[in-house]
Amino acid sequence: MSLLDYFLGSRKKSAHVAKDRLKLILAHERSDGGPDFLPALQEELLAVIGKYIPVDKENIKVTMERRGDFEVLELNVLFPDQR
Amino acid sequence: MAKIVVVTSGKGGVGKTTTSAAFASGLALRGYRTVVIDFDVGLRNLDLIMGCERRVVYDLVNVIQGEAKLQQALIRDKRCESLYVLPTSQTRDKDALTTEGVTAIMDELRKEFDYIVCDSPAGIESGALMALYHADEAIVVTNPEVSSVRDSDRILGILAARSRRAEQGEEPVKEHLLLTRYSPKRVEGGEMLSLEDVKELLHTPLLGVIPESEVILQASNQGIPAVHMDHSDVAEAYKDMVARFLGEERPLRFVQPVKVGFFKRLFGG
Ligand SMILES: Nc1ncnc2c1ncn2[C@@H]1O[C@H](COP(=O)(O)OP(=O)(O)OP(=O)(O)O)[C@@H](O)[C@H]1O
Ligand SMILES: [Mg+2]
Repeated sequence: MSLLDYFLGSRKKSAHVAKDRLKLILAHERSDGGPDFLPALQEELLAVIGKYIPVDKENIKVTMERRGDFEVLELNVLFPDQR
Repeated sequence: MAKIVVVTSGKGGVGKTTTSAAFASGLALRGYRTVVIDFDVGLRNLDLIMGCERRVVYDLVNVIQGEAKLQQALIRDKRCESLYVLPTSQTRDKDALTTEGVTAIMDELRKEFDYIVCDSPAGIESGALMALYHADEAIVVTNPEVSSVRDSDRILGILAARSRRAEQGEEPVKEHLLLTRYSPKRVEGGEMLSLEDVKELLHTPLLGVIPESEVILQASNQGIPAVHMDHSDVAEAYKDMVARFLGEERPLRFVQPVKVGFFKRLFGG
């Protein structure tokens, strides 16, 4: 935007609006499957936790999601019933 | 080694068939033995764009169902010696393709051709998945427009997850971005996403930019692939794109608005 546009307070060009909208949509849609490193992280966590408590691969889940302005990394581990 | 290239997009009507015809013809013009396959079962179109619709006897589905031999279904292009078209069925539905059937055809074609170009249907369902499954490289056709960019992003995700290469843990499908129906004047005016914008959004190397042009309609009216429309921007842009695909360096052309000369402006043109 030129300085003149700025002072005249002209509206944003529509291509610019399109780009901003796409940035948001794509970031959101790409995060569905989570980042690439999640499977590896899950493997390693499984190995570490497994050293102390026996736990099955199916019982550990690592997810990452966006909540408002934060990325939340969530780790869920289901321990076998030890009674 | 034969290479399988899928022309895909997610969104419909962005120029996949136009591009498949031009790209396959361009490869053949460069001397490569090339076959272009229509995967859009039920909505046969490639034969029209290639100008061979009156010579279709058997199609892809006939071959898969064992009703015809592959050789009987292949149509030799009348402009390029080394180019063949494998049309699709007009009447069957999209579930007529089977994974085994398509795999068998690909294996047979691999022995005879350098390049196998697959014209994908729109969407992300079975037909599109079938078209991209065997791909070694993918040309993702995108228009500078929000829904097309979003769908391209989805197709890129699918290529990375559902292709044969992904399933078998091989090196991933090599992805190329082709921006079509580009209007430099509208980009300059801030009414259209620029090529830089789209490149940045999709993080995919740009193979070429095909301008919006009325020549495309003239070409499809006559059944002539766009690369053969001599002295036109689109023919040149498609030839550049083929050259880049083959590893040659070519500067981008037709991405700046045409400057109207002083006299032309004065007297109208
Ligand atoms: N560069 C261009 N300039 C102008 N018109 C174009 C251009 N490229 C394609 N078109 C037009 O856009 C329309 C759609 O093109 P085409 O059939 O190649 O798209 P497609 O992606 O194969 O569509 P579908 O998803 O239905 O298979 C056609 O009318 C075609 O003439
Ligand atoms: Mg098509």
